[in-house]
Amino acid sequence: MGLASRHLLGLEGVSAEDLTQILDTSISFREILERPIKKVPTLRGVTVLNLFYEASTRTRISFELAEKRLSADSINFSASTSSVKKGESLRDTVQNIEAMKIDMVVVRHKSAGTPYFLTQCLNSNIINAGDGAHEHPTQGLLDMFTIRQKYGSLKGLRVLLVGDIKHSRVARSNIWGFKTLGANVAICGPSTLLPYEAERFGVDVYTNLDEALEGVDVVNILRIQLERQQSGMFPSQREYTHLFGLSSERLKRLNKNYTIMHPGPINRGVEITSEIADSESSVVLEQVTNGQAVRMAVLYLLSGKKGEPEETES
Amino acid sequence: MPGKSASRNKTELFLDGAGISRALTRIAHEILEHNRGAENVALVGVLTRGATLAKRLQALIEKIEGAKVELGLMDINLYRDDATTRLDQPVIQRTDILFDVVDKNIVLVDDVLYSGRTIRAAIEQLIDFGRPRSIQLAVLVDRGHRELPIRADYVGKNIPTNRTDRVNVHLDEDDGDDSISIERGAGK
Repeated sequence: MGLASRHLLGLEGVSAEDLTQILDTSISFREILERPIKKVPTLRGVTVLNLFYEASTRTRISFELAEKRLSADSINFSASTSSVKKGESLRDTVQNIEAMKIDMVVVRHKSAGTPYFLTQCLNSNIINAGDGAHEHPTQGLLDMFTIRQKYGSLKGLRVLLVGDIKHSRVARSNIWGFKTLGANVAICGPSTLLPYEAERFGVDVYTNLDEALEGVDVVNILRIQLERQQSGMFPSQREYTHLFGLSSERLKRLNKNYTIMHPGPINRGVEITSEIADSESSVVLEQVTNGQAVRMAVLYLLSGKKGEPEETES
Repeated sequence: MPGKSASRNKTELFLDGAGISRALTRIAHEILEHNRGAENVALVGVLTRGATLAKRLQALIEKIEGAKVELGLMDINLYRDDATTRLDQPVIQRTDILFDVVDKNIVLVDDVLYSGRTIRAAIEQLIDFGRPRSIQLAVLVDRGHRELPIRADYVGKNIPTNRTDRVNVHLDEDDGDDSISIERGAGK
């Protein structure tokens, strides 16, 4: 047993077997979070670098706690208080830190492909915690875990992603992961915020939310980045809320036993009303708890998979 | 000893289903005798076959004593001392200890006692759930070669082995039959 790769860069191309293994393992780690002592000695002696070039609350704390609960040593790096300010390059920065003997790197960066770049110049296991608009695989996994927890399986479920699909790494990880495990995925948003030729992802594409919600089991609401309004992606917040905000009236179109998800941070009253965000069918906080279990599983499964920097093809 | 005639055959049957069932019945009585009844006694089986044995012991004790006995299941892989040196991580199964272990007399149950490392991990994990009054150990087979200062309180069968032998415990629920056999020279 074991995963095919020693890194987790994205969910695109990850087999159903590997996804299932991670999710199954997460069930065991989820149980640890309910114990009086929420800590196991598994990764004693393993050092993990949390390399965050971008702001983050949930993901960063979640990874840090996951590492601590596995007894790994963790180091936190934030670009704003480091020699990056003096102009040190990413490559020099990480190679210097790795020279202090670290084993795994959790990386978030505004540029897509940064985690892949790190696999080229480091020996450590690399875990992508969000790279540009590319992928956020542990978010995708925790969404799948949360859905499996409620429905048992993703097979045949209809999942709708609403909002800024174009700039969302969560959407990409969701699409790849959900599809591999057999869910039907649809996306919905203003056409300016949908990717070019979105059909190529193999999803149903909607620009009308009311049509899109028909017969859906799981709605994953993505955060609308308010700064997109300035760049003219949508005319006004009010119009966005009117056309793409989730309200109680719209919920009637969903299947019974529906689920509302949101990766956070929530703009209450914009993409989702407070009433729905705090309702019984909302699993927002459960997602956050599950995130820790999933990250523990990923750290555990990748740890110990040693290797050399990968050959660059070109 | 049965199996003498099959000395050229590498696999010797050591104990059949009836033998296993007799050994477990005796262990159930010993647990009750030692703890003066079933009160405050809880069983924790080490997955996979220890858990199966613990379930059988639970049924036996409840039948003998007519009282409920708590049962927990435990996966010890996260507490292994070689967790970070192995190349591929073992599959983690679910640990289910749904009762409070504090002040209980816990009987750990496993199929084979060998180096003692599994039991070391099980004890450490159990203590992370709370502080039991005592931890006792029941095993179906003690094959010797301890690497840690650990011994069993209740033993089904002592089997003298070489380190190169392999002891196979088959249980109906996991393997489709009840038997203990030894493969001479089959282990590492």
